[in-house]
Formats: sequence, structure tokens, C-alpha cells
Amino acid sequence: MRTFSYLRPTNLSTLFAMIQKSAPDYRLLAGGTDLLVRLKSGKFSPNTIIDIKGVTELQSGINMEGSTLTIGALTNMATLESEKSILETYPALAEAVHNVGSIQIRNRASIAGNLCNASPAADSAPALLIYDARVTCISARGERQLPLAEFIVGPGKTALAVDELVKEIILPIPAANQAAAFTRLTRRKGVDLATISLCCQVNTSGITRFALGAVGPVPFIVEEKEGILTSGTVSLEDKKACISELMEKATPISDVRASKEYRQAMLTVLGLRALSTALERLKAIQ
Amino acid sequence: MENQAIYSISLIVNQKPYSIKVLPEHTLLDVLRDQLDITGPKECCGVGECGACTILMNGKAVNACLILAVEADGSNLVTIEGLGGKDNLSPLQQAFVDAGAVQCGFCTPGMIMAAQYLINTNPNPTEEDVRLGLEGNLCRCTGYSRIIQAVLSVAQNKEHNVP
Ligand code: FES
Ligand code: FES
Repeated sequence: MRTFSYLRPTNLSTLFAMIQKSAPDYRLLAGGTDLLVRLKSGKFSPNTIIDIKGVTELQSGINMEGSTLTIGALTNMATLESEKSILETYPALAEAVHNVGSIQIRNRASIAGNLCNASPAADSAPALLIYDARVTCISARGERQLPLAEFIVGPGKTALAVDELVKEIILPIPAANQAAAFTRLTRRKGVDLATISLCCQVNTSGITRFALGAVGPVPFIVEEKEGILTSGTVSLEDKKACISELMEKATPISDVRASKEYRQAMLTVLGLRALSTALERLKAIQ
Repeated sequence: MENQAIYSISLIVNQKPYSIKVLPEHTLLDVLRDQLDITGPKECCGVGECGACTILMNGKAVNACLILAVEADGSNLVTIEGLGGKDNLSPLQQAFVDAGAVQCGFCTPGMIMAAQYLINTNPNPTEEDVRLGLEGNLCRCTGYSRIIQAVLSVAQNKEHNVP
């Protein structure tokens, strides 16, 4: 690892001043589970590392208030997966973060870090997309909110300006007539990146949405609005065909984890699996 | 201070306080092993994939290879040395010996710390819970069965000493 200056501000205004002084050759440190890997490999070699864990305005925490749930940037995966409000109201998100790395990783990795890496395979992203997450970005210039789909702009790229960071993630409370489920394909449970990660949401008006990760440059959503997938009378074969057609929007690549043909074929299988779990959940709450 | 900065940090490791100077680019694992001579935690992959460096930091299982030493300033750490030694093995350490869950032993300190965390947070794990709790720890020797047996035997025993 190349050496650097390590800074640990305790409030936002000091943080902004440090960013202004160090930009663009700096990196923010939260959990560090991705950053340290990149520092060690030499992929990143910034002059300055700013540890944001001591910034009081950025503390971790999950707050349900009015019609939204706010997740502080520094909230780690282990907290998210075991928090009652997440398990009850956003089960697909709890499932998704439970699948990030090992418990050692989840005890450190922050939700904002996971999003800021903008890995096409980030497990939290499809679940956050399905629940219509918005990202609050802040800088010395002020605050703005972006829908998650506009926040992740490419592999490893976010809409953050060089002096900006994530303050929190905001989720609307989902409508009462919906249910969602997460599923994931990996070579090995624990630690390995997702070969595919997928979230399915259904509602009683017959709308089915799939959020797909690791099968395109950014996670994205496909939708079916005719009620085919939620219907009790359409045959399994027809549902399969319908999902398979929806999944044609995916543009998987071949890599060490799987070939693009395998990914494409498995999308339908996973889609069907998540659909059936989501439908069961929908039934249970009706 | 630009590039040659040295940082003073304090740590409590296995209930003993330390005040030391560290370089920003040194990981907590580097400092434990090379500066404090606490060599239970091992470096294997160095990138969070094998769990050989697992320790408890403020009560949470973490990979010491993915934490900067300077970041750990003020924290309370427990390594395998803090559970027990040769003459006073902890229940989990004893269970590993009894079950034959140690072969080359390289993964063992991390494995036991992850298992200790699991038992601290879930005193009555099922076999599935144990498998999930240890998913971040690789062993190239034992085939895992005896490790899982060892952890389950302690869990069922209920007399784990939690540091
Ligand atoms: S050495 Fe830390 S996880 Fe492998
Ligand atoms: S005992 Fe050799 S790696 Fe586990």
C-alpha cells in the first residue's frame, strides 16, 4: 500500500474543508472493505484518505418517520439485515444485504459504500431499486436528492461530483398491496460476488417488476403490467415465456463467474423463483 | 506531515492497553503481528476472503486485514490469545482439540474467533447457523465437518466463557 495522509473529521464543515483541500486526489473511508482491497492492489493510490466514521451528522441509523424510512450512510450491512423495520417492511432488502460477503464484512461494510462502488453486482442495489430508493448527496454547495437509478451511472461510476458524498438513503414506505423477494446466483455462498442478483416485486393491480443486478453495466428494472405473471390462471409455461422475454433487456457479459449464455438462461429461472416467493408473500398479506 | 506521517493510537488488546505509533498504510493486522507480536491472527488472502485474520473489535467479528491500524484508534480488541492459552483453553478451543477440528492450524485462530462471535450473538445456533456464521472462513484441511461439530458441541454445552 502506498502511504497517504489519514484524516478523521468529526463534523461536516471540517469534512467539507478537508475535501476542498484534498480534491481530487482523495478517497473517503467508511467500512473500508472495498477501499482497502483497492489500496492494496494499487488500483487506488490517493494522497489523502478521509475517514468519515467520526462525522456526527453522518452517523449510522435507520429511522422510520411519516411516509419514509431513512438509512444513514454509515449504516452497516449487519445492522440492516437484522433491523426489525427492514425485516418487516423491506424483506427483500434484508435478504439482499444478508448476502453481502461474510459476517466479518457485513459488520464493517456500509450501505453508502456499497452503492458508491457502483459495482454492477452490488447486492443492495436491486433491492433498493425495487423499493424506489432515493439517495441524498451532500457537499459544501448543498444537498440534492437523486433516484437510485440516476445515481448509479455506469460500472464503478456514480453521479457524485468530486466534492460530494452520500448522506443517507431514503425509501418510501411501500404500498400495502405489494410484496417483494430477493434471489441470487453465486458460485459459492459467502464472500463471492453475485453472478446474478435479482429482486421481484408484485402487486395486486397485476404489476410485476424485476430489478436485475450483474447482468448489465448498471442494475435496472424491467416491468410487466398486463397481469400475466400475477395471474392465477396463466400456465407456468406461459409465465416462463413471459419472463424470458422480459429478460431479453439484460445484457450480461461472460466473465470468470459465468458465461453470458448461462446468465441469460438463469435469469428466467431466478425470475420465476423470486416471482413465486413474492406471490406467496402477497397472498400472505391479503 | 504530508507523506511521512506517523500516528499515535491507543488500543486495548486482550484487556491490555497499548499506546503505539503507526504508519497510515499499516493494517490493524500488520500492527498486531509485527508491532505487538500478537501472531494468532494470520494473514492469508489479505483481502477479506479467507477469515484467517478474524478478531473481535468492540465485540464484532471483523477482518483485521481490511482495517487500517490508525482507524482502530480507541478500540477494544480480542484475538485468539485473549480466549485462553495452552494451560487454560477456552471451551471453544478445547472443543476444537477434542473434535479433531485442527489440522495445519492456519485457519484455526480466525475460525475460532468467528465461532466465538457466533456463540456470543446466538447462544443456541443450529447447524445451518454455524455454517452461515463461518461462511467467511476458509479451511483447506479439515473439510469443515469437525469444525462444525466442535462449535455445535460448545453451543449445546452452554458454558462458553464470553470475553
Ligand atoms: S487475511 Fe484477512 S480475510 Fe484473508
Ligand atoms: S486446519 Fe489447515 S486450513 Fe484449516
